Parts: sequence; C-alpha cells; structure tokens
Amino acid sequence: MTQESQGSKKIFLYAPGSLLSVADLTVADVSAILTVTTRLEQMAHAQRATLLAGRRIALLFYESSTRTRTSFELAAKSLGATTTLVSDKSSSIEKGESLKDTGLTLRALGAECIILRHPSSGAPFVLARETSLPVLNAGDGMHEHPSQALLDARTMLMRLPGRDAARATAKSLDGVTVVITGDILHSRVARSNAWLLPQLGAKVLLCGPERLLPEMASSLGDGVEIARDFDAALRRSQVVMMLRIQKERLAGLELDLADYIARYQLNGERLAAQAPDALVMHPGPMIRGLEIAGDVADGPNSAIELQVSNGLSVRSALLLRALSEGGFESVTV
Amino acid sequence: MSDVLILNGRVIDPANGLNEARDLLLRDGKVAAIDKPGSLKGTGAAEIIDASGLVVAPGLVDIHVHLREPGQTYKETIATGTAAAAAGGFTTVVAMPNTIPVNDSVAGLEWMLAPERGAVVKLFAMPAATLGSMGATLTDFAALHKAGVVGFTDDGKPILEDAIMREALIAAARLGVPVSQHAEDTHLTGGCSMNYGPVAFRLGLRGMTVEAESRIVERDIRLLQEIERSEGLRPHLHVQHVSTGRALDAIRAAKAQGLHVTCEAAPHHFTLTDEAIGDYDTNAKMNPPLRAEADRQAVLAGLADGTVDCIATDHAPHAAHEKEQEFERAPNGITGLETALGLALRVLHRGQGLSLSKILSLMSTAPAGIALLPGRGSLTPGSFADVVIFDPAASWSFAAKQSRSKSKNTPFDGAPMLGRVHATISEGRIVFRQ
Ligand SMILES: [Zn+2]
Repeated sequence: MTQESQGSKKIFLYAPGSLLSVADLTVADVSAILTVTTRLEQMAHAQRATLLAGRRIALLFYESSTRTRTSFELAAKSLGATTTLVSDKSSSIEKGESLKDTGLTLRALGAECIILRHPSSGAPFVLARETSLPVLNAGDGMHEHPSQALLDARTMLMRLPGRDAARATAKSLDGVTVVITGDILHSRVARSNAWLLPQLGAKVLLCGPERLLPEMASSLGDGVEIARDFDAALRRSQVVMMLRIQKERLAGLELDLADYIARYQLNGERLAAQAPDALVMHPGPMIRGLEIAGDVADGPNSAIELQVSNGLSVRSALLLRALSEGGFESVTV
Repeated sequence: MSDVLILNGRVIDPANGLNEARDLLLRDGKVAAIDKPGSLKGTGAAEIIDASGLVVAPGLVDIHVHLREPGQTYKETIATGTAAAAAGGFTTVVAMPNTIPVNDSVAGLEWMLAPERGAVVKLFAMPAATLGSMGATLTDFAALHKAGVVGFTDDGKPILEDAIMREALIAAARLGVPVSQHAEDTHLTGGCSMNYGPVAFRLGLRGMTVEAESRIVERDIRLLQEIERSEGLRPHLHVQHVSTGRALDAIRAAKAQGLHVTCEAAPHHFTLTDEAIGDYDTNAKMNPPLRAEADRQAVLAGLADGTVDCIATDHAPHAAHEKEQEFERAPNGITGLETALGLALRVLHRGQGLSLSKILSLMSTAPAGIALLPGRGSLTPGSFADVVIFDPAASWSFAAKQSRSKSKNTPFDGAPMLGRVHATISEGRIVFRQ
C-alpha cells in the first residue's frame, strides 16, 4: 500500500496480509480470499486446526462488540491459534497509554497479528504503521468494516442464483442492485460495501433521509447512487441491506422516528409489494420493529443467519492470509 | 560589528521597485549602501559574499509562528524555532501567545523577548487579546503596547463574543495595531478533525465547514463597519491563515469598501488539498484544515489579485509521540519555516507565474507593513541589515530529519522545493549559511 500526497512522496508500508480498508484489495485479492474461505469450510476440522497452530493473535477491542469479537475469536481458534483479548473493559489497556505503545507491548509479548476494533476512524492505520504487524480492521469509527463487506459479498454470491461464491471477478455481481438503507453517515458497513460491491459489478443504492445520508455520499465511488424513496429503490433491487438505527445518534439530527419507520422500515408488507424476491440482509445487531420488522428478519428472504456463519469462515481466511506471508494461496490447491 | 559586502547579486527589493544587479554594503547592523556592481569595492568589509547567480532580498518576515516557549520546550524553543526561521530565510518572526502560560502580560512578554532566550533572528510577539485567551476580559493593551507588541490575538482560540471582539478592535485601533483573528466559529467545529466534504465522508471523519471560517470573518467585518460609523475609529482586522474562497470573498468585498482588513495565507493551503491526508496522515492535520481544490484555487487567486496580503507559515511544531496517534486525537499543526520559500517559489512562481518580486513582497515587505515593523521588509539604506540570499533556480527536496526545528511534523518530508536559501543575515549578522 502506498500513498502519494500532493506535497510529498511518503510511502507507508503495511505488513502483507493487513486489511485496513477494502480499498486495499484488488479483485484478485478478493477472489483469493473467497477461494480460501470455501476451501477452509470444506476442510476437516482436525486439519483446519493445524493451520495456525502455535500462532498468537491479539484481539484489541476499544469498543465492545460481541458479534465481531466472537466471530474473530472463534475463527482464530478453529485454525488452532492462541488468542488473547485486550479490551477497554479489561485492565489491559492502561489508562492513557497510546495505541502505539499498546501495540508495541502486544508485539513484544509475541502477538503476530492484531485484530483492532476502535472508535476512532483510521486507528488501524496507526497501529499497522507503528507495529509493522499485520492488522485486521474489525471496525474503525465511522470508517470501515472490511471483513463485514467480504462476508456480505460471499453471502450474496451464495444466495443469488447463478453465482460462484468460491471466486470473484469484476463481473461476479453483474446485474445486481443492492440497496443499503439506514444511517449511512455513521456506518462503516455502508462505506466498506459501497466500495467493494461495485468492484464486483454490483450497483449500490444508498438510501435514507438527507440527515443520515448527505448527497456527497455518491462520491464514495463509481456505481454508487443516492436514493431517497425506499419503495422505488426496492423495486430496482435484488438485495436489500438494512442498517441499524442507533437512537442515541439521532439526538442532534432532528429525525422523527415515526416518520423514519413509515418511510424506511423494511416490513413484510413493503417487501411483498416492492421486491418479493429480494435477498434481505442486516449486519446486526438489529432493532426489530425499528429499521426492520421481525417477520422479515426471520422470513424466507432473510440471509441474516448466513451472514453470521459466513463471518466466521471469511475471518478464518483473513487470519490465514494475515499470518501466511505469501503462502496463503497454497491453501487453495 | 563587522561590515558585510554582498557582491554581484540580483537585488530584488519590492519596497523600492528594485530588481537589478547591485552590490550591497551592510554596516553596524544597517543597510549602508546599495549601488551598481563594482562601485562598493574597496570598502574594506571583513566579510565578502559573492552572490553571483543569486537573489539578494530583504529578509523574510513571518507574522505567525508558534515557538512553544515557555511551557512546551520539548516541541520547540525560541532558540531552535528561530534557527529554523534563519534556515528558511526569515529574519523576523512574530510569536503567537498560546504558550504555557499564555503570553498575556508585560512580564511574560519581556521574558519571551529577553536576549537570554537566544533568538537567532529578530523576534516580535503578539500577546493574547484576552486574559488567558479565554475570550472574556481584555488584556492590558496599553501596557503591552508600550512594552513593544505588534498586535493582539487569541490565535487558536477565536474571539467569539461580539462584544469582546468589538472592544478588542476599538482598543487596538486606539493604539494603531491590528487584531489578528483565527477565524473559526468553534460552535460549528466540535469533534471535527478535517475539512468537511467527500474526503471526510469517505474517511469517516467529522468535517469543518467553509462556513465555520467565513461566518467569523463576516462577523468581524460587520464589527469594523459599525465601529467606523459609531466611534470614528479605523480598526485593523488581520485574518489569519485564510483557507476558503468564501472568507476571501468577504475580505475582498471589505477591502473594496475601504475597510482596513488584511489577511495571510499559509503555504500548505496553497499547495495541498484534503486529499493529502491519505491514510490518516496526521502530518496533514492542521487548523484551518487542508481544503478542497476549489478553495486551494481561491487562495491562489487571492494571492495573485492582492486579496491575500501576505504569506505566513503558522509554524506549529509538535513532538513525534503527539502526532503518532489516532487522527482525531493528534494535535493540529505543521512546521513551516524551512519549506515556505521553497513552496512559494515552486507553486506560486513556477506554477502560477507570480514574479519573484511579488512573492518577496508577500513574504517580507507586506507582512512587515501589516505588523508595522519600521526598517524591516526593505533594503532602503538605513533600514535593518536583514537580508536573504537565495538561489531561485535550485531544485531540491526537503528532508524533515535535517530540520533545525525540534519537531519534524511536516507533510512536506521529501517534497520538491524550488529556490534554496544560501545565506540569511539578521541585523548584519550571518545567522545561516548553506
Ligand atoms: Zn497559529
């Protein structure tokens, strides 16, 4: 990964296998990750548990997230790795110690890879620069959640007809329109998906009221469009991805919750009327009755549970990639 | 003090409209003579500098630097900061008051300006306009003025209260000095760490809008109009590091109305945009933030058409451990004294076609005028022997680790520069030599 600013020729090098942003991945990288994911799922448990036997992985969580943390932790353990959790709830993150120093301490203790969840956008870049370890971004502020976008892409490839979930090309999601609805402004899931899905040929409609979705969101990339009318967007879509509405974030945004539900909630009636065949997704945790109705979440269109199980598989592949120093692809043969 | 004779240089002195081959004699810390090549030979100067192929100009003046002393000498000291200034061709710098404690008293000012601090070039200061820069109670303008200040400013803490700003403008107007304002409506920028726009959206960072800057500029201009009308005074508002087209439009209109408004632009704002943040590079984090390309173009246009009066660096050193943090936590600011001339020549001279004379005016004559520094910013015989000698054609790249500043926080590490300082002379003393 390099970056050239207009003023200088500064080149940041991150350890191979780091995943800080989906923008770092080529389509070939995505394809390799999906191939290894499939291969790992097919592998016998005992064999899988040898792949990272004796390797040490640190989970550094400055923000609580049961789902993502457990998913990464179980993924690491399924490959035989030793994990250690350092969270803001534990005493391990010393008061006031810098992210850099915490990272250096973990490295000195033998961590070979750090999975970082952090409330500040860009924190994984700091950790990767300062420790030179492979870092997996498990969600940073309002920025990105790259493993989520990969598991979402895999879920679509598994559930949409005529797709191949074991590899990816720039045409894998040709003809697919995905509507992502909700609090786009604060959503790292939306940012990662808005970048990744168009790389695989999908069209992404970001949908929500102006307060949660400023017009400039369309600049996230080619293949991204802004939609205000959820019903109209649904009619164009094969996939509908709902995002959690965090009530606490609505305080300053002057958003009328009843009005939001009326216009943007995905419920059975709306789904049946506008997109009866659409695949329904949600990165969780859900607030049933707010952004999504319970019957839809549990209904036949829902891929929500598949997303969770894909999370485990995709994250296993990402950990293998982080710790294999180029030997990653050999798992595929 | 021994004489210095500078021979065969191309002397550019914007104040006197001079841009020709001249020899220059410095004696007793003053410009003694300036004459046709060859005519000052035999004056018996102890030091003779051959400036063939070089430009000889009035020393650069920076009216906006942070020297961190007292209180944060791990970032910079007056000695190291002014050494960096000398290396950048500056012979005069004006220190901002956000030291610890805030420079808001005569005692603090005198301590800062005392020879014991070891300033390498001429040091002036703008003390705080309000006690502790808290925006509530004016400092003792009259006493501070008597002690030798060149303006008042709360710098990074804009004066938000209309009544206090009005009072400050009136008090400064009575003394004939400017109030220098960092234009930011901080009610609109809480939690923001960069420019508002698509780049911030993509990076997931909260952004400062253009309005947060222009609203304060517009408010201050309204205060000037009102004070001129009601008090019969003519206050001087100096707007610091203008970064947006909208604020420049307001300043342009105010100037057209005849109000006494001046402003500065920083080299980083005319060189970079918010894209330079890249992968959350905290060396590209400053306030005002790097803006979008349209605003950068507006700053360039303002420099060309005279709306921007001068260039100032806002030299803001920070220690490595402070910048090696999450973007939102890292402090604002970059060092700037050693890259200002190289960027101005690359971007404004070669890139925009501004003449050397215009650039030297922006970096010397004009800022000396804004801060009312008599005898600085020109080579008129009798003025201070503040001289910069540089090679206008030299291409080089800046290496942060070689900086004289204690801190290395710059987005221009490895960046191309045009024009290299050959020597800097402050009041007749050679304070830097390549
Ligand atoms: Zn400043």
